[in-house]
Amino acid sequence: MEGTLLEPTLYMVKGIAILDNDGNRILAKYYDKNVFPTAKEQRAFEKNLFNKTHRANAEIIMLDGLTCVYRSNVDLFFYVMGSSHENELILMSVLNCLYDSVSQILRKNVEKRAVLDSLDIVMLAMDEICDGGIIIDADSNSVVSRVALRNDDIPLGEQTVAQVIQSAKEQLKWSLLK
Amino acid sequence: MSSFKRDKKEEEDGGGNPFQNIEKTTVLQEARVFNDTTVNPRKCTHILTKLLYLLNQGEQLGTKEATDAFFAMTKLFQSRDVILRRMVYLGIKELSSIADDVIIVTSSLTKDMTGKEDLYRAAAIRALCSITDATMLQTIERYMKQAIVDRNSAVSSAALVSSLHLTKLAPEVVKRWVNEAQEAVNSDNIMVQYHALGLLYHIRKTDRLAVTKLVAKLTRISLKSPYAVCMLIRIAAKLLDEEDTGADSPLADFIESCLRHKSEMVVYEAAHAIVNLRRTTSRELAPAISVLQLFCGSPKPTLRFAAVRTLNQVAISHPAAVTACNLDLENLITDSNRSIATLAITTLLKTGAESSVDRLMKQIATFVSEISDEFKVVVVQAIRALALKFPRKHSVLMNFLSAMLRDEGGLEYKASIADTIITIIEDNPEAKEAGLAHLCEFIEDCEHTSLAVRILHLLGKEGPRTKQPSRCIRFIYNRVILENPTVRAAAVSAMAQFGATCPDLLENIQVLLARCQMDSDDEVRDRATYYSSILGQQDKGLYNNYILETLQVSIPALERSLKDYALNPGDSPFDMKSVPIAVIPTREEAEDKHKADGMIISSGPPKPPTVSREESFAEKLGHLPGVADLGPLFKSSEVVELTESETEYFVRCIKHCFTNHVVLQFDCLNTLSDQLLEDVRVQLDPSEGYTVLREIACPKLPYNETGSAYVVLQFPENDLPNSVGTFGAVLKFIVKDCDPNTGLPDTDEGYDDEYMLEDLEITLGDQIQKINKVNWGAAWDEAVATCVEMEDTYSLSSMSTLEEAVKNIVQFLGLQPAERTDKVPEGKTTHTLLLAGMFRGGIDILVRAKLALADGVTMQLTVRSTDGDVAELITSTVG
Repeated sequence: MEGTLLEPTLYMVKGIAILDNDGNRILAKYYDKNVFPTAKEQRAFEKNLFNKTHRANAEIIMLDGLTCVYRSNVDLFFYVMGSSHENELILMSVLNCLYDSVSQILRKNVEKRAVLDSLDIVMLAMDEICDGGIIIDADSNSVVSRVALRNDDIPLGEQTVAQVIQSAKEQLKWSLLK
Repeated sequence: MSSFKRDKKEEEDGGGNPFQNIEKTTVLQEARVFNDTTVNPRKCTHILTKLLYLLNQGEQLGTKEATDAFFAMTKLFQSRDVILRRMVYLGIKELSSIADDVIIVTSSLTKDMTGKEDLYRAAAIRALCSITDATMLQTIERYMKQAIVDRNSAVSSAALVSSLHLTKLAPEVVKRWVNEAQEAVNSDNIMVQYHALGLLYHIRKTDRLAVTKLVAKLTRISLKSPYAVCMLIRIAAKLLDEEDTGADSPLADFIESCLRHKSEMVVYEAAHAIVNLRRTTSRELAPAISVLQLFCGSPKPTLRFAAVRTLNQVAISHPAAVTACNLDLENLITDSNRSIATLAITTLLKTGAESSVDRLMKQIATFVSEISDEFKVVVVQAIRALALKFPRKHSVLMNFLSAMLRDEGGLEYKASIADTIITIIEDNPEAKEAGLAHLCEFIEDCEHTSLAVRILHLLGKEGPRTKQPSRCIRFIYNRVILENPTVRAAAVSAMAQFGATCPDLLENIQVLLARCQMDSDDEVRDRATYYSSILGQQDKGLYNNYILETLQVSIPALERSLKDYALNPGDSPFDMKSVPIAVIPTREEAEDKHKADGMIISSGPPKPPTVSREESFAEKLGHLPGVADLGPLFKSSEVVELTESETEYFVRCIKHCFTNHVVLQFDCLNTLSDQLLEDVRVQLDPSEGYTVLREIACPKLPYNETGSAYVVLQFPENDLPNSVGTFGAVLKFIVKDCDPNTGLPDTDEGYDDEYMLEDLEITLGDQIQKINKVNWGAAWDEAVATCVEMEDTYSLSSMSTLEEAVKNIVQFLGLQPAERTDKVPEGKTTHTLLLAGMFRGGIDILVRAKLALADGVTMQLTVRSTDGDVAELITSTVG
């Protein structure tokens, strides 16, 4: 393994994927045109990746020239891919952000069914974490605040004070407009 | 009951997936709802989600479908639902590359981008930048500049990231935003700082001075964002790598200081940079190693992985530096993450002492079956290196490899093991018998045809020279009975080798070959008949030429020549001599390949086979007038520099040797920006006997471009001794002064000028092509009858070691060492070097050099060649 200095670029993430417990894709995005350009290659890679990772909970693996960090819960597998020389810890921070954001969005209920029910919000979260390979944000709190959760979905007890006030304001505004 | 069961089954089958059975056509149909006058946000969001889900699953939309969906989506701008709007942005980004006329939503997005709703603004900017083109960018430039310095960090980040994406589209426009980016670097938000640094660097990266300034400024203030610091480390490392300053560069100090940063990410980045800097000395390495050592004990697998991976890298270049971590690496051998364990062990194998080999091998054996093929290959590579380092350990390693061979595994893995065994056999004669025995056993149960064929070939070459050749034959003949036609054919060839080399086995081989002539496959029958009849002749010469030696010509060239011949068959029969000889890869190339093998990861698909150097030259030269008539290209020499590389005109020469001619290719580089050279040619002062047939000038040579001039010469006729000579050379040309910026000449009038070049030598080596004789001894014995022999003794007083002498002789004569005699065993005072090659015109040469070390090296050189003059030439030029 030849060591190389890393090129100073913001384009660090080669791909993000969420797979279910059969290795099927729930959501996946590849950001580098040279890495798996076709859907077929992506599928093959995901299949391979899943086979190598679903049994051993080892957090990190090198596959097909990529460093992949991963995390799983119940029936979901979260992956973040970067080039084989990439700083693993940066990739890990992205993965943690992805996982924690999804966890917060789904209120700790990180399961396939829940993800599919809130697929729109999870898509938005993924978009907020990484744009075309550039890490936009790696702080889950900030990601969640940006994806515009439907406030009314959250039971009152779990809302923050600010959220309660915000929704109260909104309601007041609408009642005034009527 | 049964219905309940079915329900349950459906549930488990992913009946819970609301997106499972959706189809493209239905979703596109549903998307028409978007056009309704009143928008139902929930319904529309759901439909849009389905559409995006489909796209994400890899469904392809046609341009028309995409455009329709896109335009329907634009109607959703009338809804004020936040999530719906955000999903519309996502949809715009997804469809922007497929649909037509996406520019239509520019105004809506610009409104959102500059509006009050913060939740819209950032996302709107990113969507807008995905649909914009270079002309539209001008109109939104003002908003982008404002957004970059916006108070809201999300907006600022989005603008910076989008700007970076846009540099691909309109680099000139984005360059104008450098002041705003500069301001954003000072932001309090960590991500804004990171993105701003990324953009700033990208804009300025071609301007070294500006980058240096940027780094100098930012290393003084401490950046808050760990990501930005990582980025800064990379920039600093790149600068350091490019310049050759002393060890005390402030940049090096900065990177070193980052080893004490509070974020692990930054610490690792710094350690990684230090390890990979070319100039790093072991003293500078020490602090980096010690932080990596600390990481080895981390509870986080990723951190351990990163550390041990980097240490593994260091072990290649500075094995001594890693020994400090041996204890920590030992602990990682039992790591639950097998990747970490493998890396730890292979690192230890690289750094460890001979005494620890047995223990480590035992350790690996416990888990080798659990790791993936890719990592098994890494282990095999490490064992290969180990076997070369500690030849005495071959029995342990060989046993281990054979155990690995018996396990399950893919072709790549098995091939790498077989390769390693072959390398060990070649390197270490003591391991040969054992290695061959393991390979014999392996082919008994090998499912990979290509591998079996390779091993059979090797057995054919090496088997006859073992103590008990008959043992191998049993294994080989078993293949003939049990395997597919390809393997059977290879087995037949291997058996014939035994018959040709071992006279006492000949009778048995003939019996076996006779049985093979009854085979059901044509190729097997043909080979058996062919070999059987040659062996029946009992003629050593025939054996050598048709069984033991393989074709020396380059196969692609042979194919092309035969094709040409088949298209225009002339009166004369096809001449094998007209086909260029296969070029033997140099040692460095082969080593490069091995180095690449040592990589942990398969780096994508293998590159297509490159055309050999000779062939590409032949193609290029063929276009020159008069060169095509010279016959096939025999050999192209290495590049010779005729000037220093920093002079006004940089000239290099490649000597292309043909049967009776030599073509000199002069590659000239003009390094003066205010001169345009025309009619560039090289005037030669050839030595006696040579005739210059033609000079081909390079018509024009602008600044910083390389052009080629050629000279075609004829070798001295019937006068071989004079074919080695030295030529004086002068570069002649017309100079036109020109404007350095435009490269256009000031006047049409130029003046003649010339430039002295260093003398050019045509050496013996230029006229000789290397040939790999597998069975040198047999060829040598046979040559007694057909060749002229010359012998002479020389004293090479300038050489102090045998290695040096061998290296110089090989280089001087341009011959290929046979039977690995180019490796001098340690501690010997005598050595015999065996060489083989071909002189231009297809004249075989065999050379034996007996070397003895006393004061200086004494050499007895024996040359056998089919042409007496060539033999004489060789003996006379040496010395």
